[in-house]
Amino acid sequence: MTAIQVQDLHKSFDSLHVLRGIDFEIAQGECVILLGANGCGKSTLMRCLNGLERPDRGNAYMHGTDIATADARQLCQLRRQVGVVFQQFNLVQNLSVFQNVLYGAMGEQRFGLLATLSPLANDALRERAMYCLERVSLADKAKHKCREISGGQQQRVAIARTLMQEPSVLIADEPVASLDPSAGRNVMNLLMAIVEEQRMTVLCSLHQLELASEYGDRLIGMKAGRIELDASRDTVDHQRMASLYQGDVRVDHVPTTHHERPVTASV
Amino acid sequence: MSQVKRPAAPTTPPPTRFKSPPVFAWLLIVTFLALFLQGVVATEISVERLLRGAVNLVHFIGRAFPPDPTDINTIGWAMLETMNIAVVGVTVGVLLSIPFALLSARNTTPWPWVRVMSRLMIAAMRTVPDLIWALIFVVAVGLGPMAGVLAIIMDTIGFAARFFSERIEEVHPGPSDALTATGAGRLSVIGGAILPETLASMTATSLYSVEKSIRSAVTLGLVGAGGVGVELAAAMRLFNYDEALMIILVILVVVIGFEQLSSAIRKRVI
Repeated sequence: MTAIQVQDLHKSFDSLHVLRGIDFEIAQGECVILLGANGCGKSTLMRCLNGLERPDRGNAYMHGTDIATADARQLCQLRRQVGVVFQQFNLVQNLSVFQNVLYGAMGEQRFGLLATLSPLANDALRERAMYCLERVSLADKAKHKCREISGGQQQRVAIARTLMQEPSVLIADEPVASLDPSAGRNVMNLLMAIVEEQRMTVLCSLHQLELASEYGDRLIGMKAGRIELDASRDTVDHQRMASLYQGDVRVDHVPTTHHERPVTASV
Repeated sequence: MSQVKRPAAPTTPPPTRFKSPPVFAWLLIVTFLALFLQGVVATEISVERLLRGAVNLVHFIGRAFPPDPTDINTIGWAMLETMNIAVVGVTVGVLLSIPFALLSARNTTPWPWVRVMSRLMIAAMRTVPDLIWALIFVVAVGLGPMAGVLAIIMDTIGFAARFFSERIEEVHPGPSDALTATGAGRLSVIGGAILPETLASMTATSLYSVEKSIRSAVTLGLVGAGGVGVELAAAMRLFNYDEALMIILVILVVVIGFEQLSSAIRKRVI
């Protein structure tokens, strides 16, 4: 069964044409690693997949609902199914770790914020949040403010928040790009263990080739707003991955428009 | 002696010391000078009047010393009323500032035209001076502290809502995106991610509003909006300068005390 289906997706910001016709499908339970250099449109693609950005043209089906045409209510329902892990963690710095994890349930609760504030939340919810924190081994940090803990720990809190959300699809936008190599590997291992336990469909962007060659079932490579590579992980060698980072990779690179055609034609 | 050898004169001369300002600047200077001279003539500033004023001032100080503490009870109660006006006015004003700020911040407003409207309203509340608000409310609800409270509310919204909305616009969009991505509604996102980040700055602004409003609550009494200003105006009009001085001293002590207290709190919050 298909979980995510993207057809001819286009997105521009003013005159900048970021996504230039993206097509792919991800089956339920599949774990796909998205590769590409900085500025090639990975983040925009991921933001389009949960409706944080509206695509200009094309369709993006998430469990059969088209994000491009969904109304506000459908979008909220759809977002509940899609957990997102960000590069910059995006925790509310002023609040406690525990409160941030509780926020993961904001979408499912009818009263939103009121039901997920730590003093008002019901016992079941508070226990579930604590369980999520235990899963990422940060139960002892529950009372700390987010700004007091390290980057790796913050990303683990963000993972706990996603776990709290109980999504069926996980989108991770360079989850380890701002962490040092060993913390990054720990976070990656934890993330992959959790998605396997929960049988989530995963689309995770990375830009370290060593990591990309270790995780996931399939690789999708992007270059200058287009898909250049889509194959099972075992069949892709290092050389081919590295080629994604050579030549005109960015969407905002001026000469790109001139050289675009030959580059795509060569693959 | 300098080790660097240099010729007698550089081949390119240095820039001129002065240069003539452009035409626009000349126009400004001439207009300003004309207004200034006309102003000096129109306000009838003369050495003779200044000297007479100095004599009058000495006369006032002579009659004001020593300050007369016999009515300290009345003054004390009036001062308390001034503080009541300030505290009640600021509290309500700050609470009302939050929705105004949310409506007029770019990242939280529901529609652009709402933002324009609410910014206009805030600007109107800010540009009309508090004394004029007090005059208007004295007409509307009559003499007394209620007019003062309403004037302080307007003044506080004009000031605090603007600062709040600027702070809200500075909040990093990441956490809001993260909560939106869980499927949460807009109000929940604002309350859960944006307001917590602005709390410290809002507290500091609110404390400053209290300081500011105690000062203005004193003057509001002069137009009959309650508090110690009423007593001061009466004392001055009846030439009881010694009592007036006592009132001024009480105001001074309370205002300075409040400023110290609020800066102490602010240091802890930030």
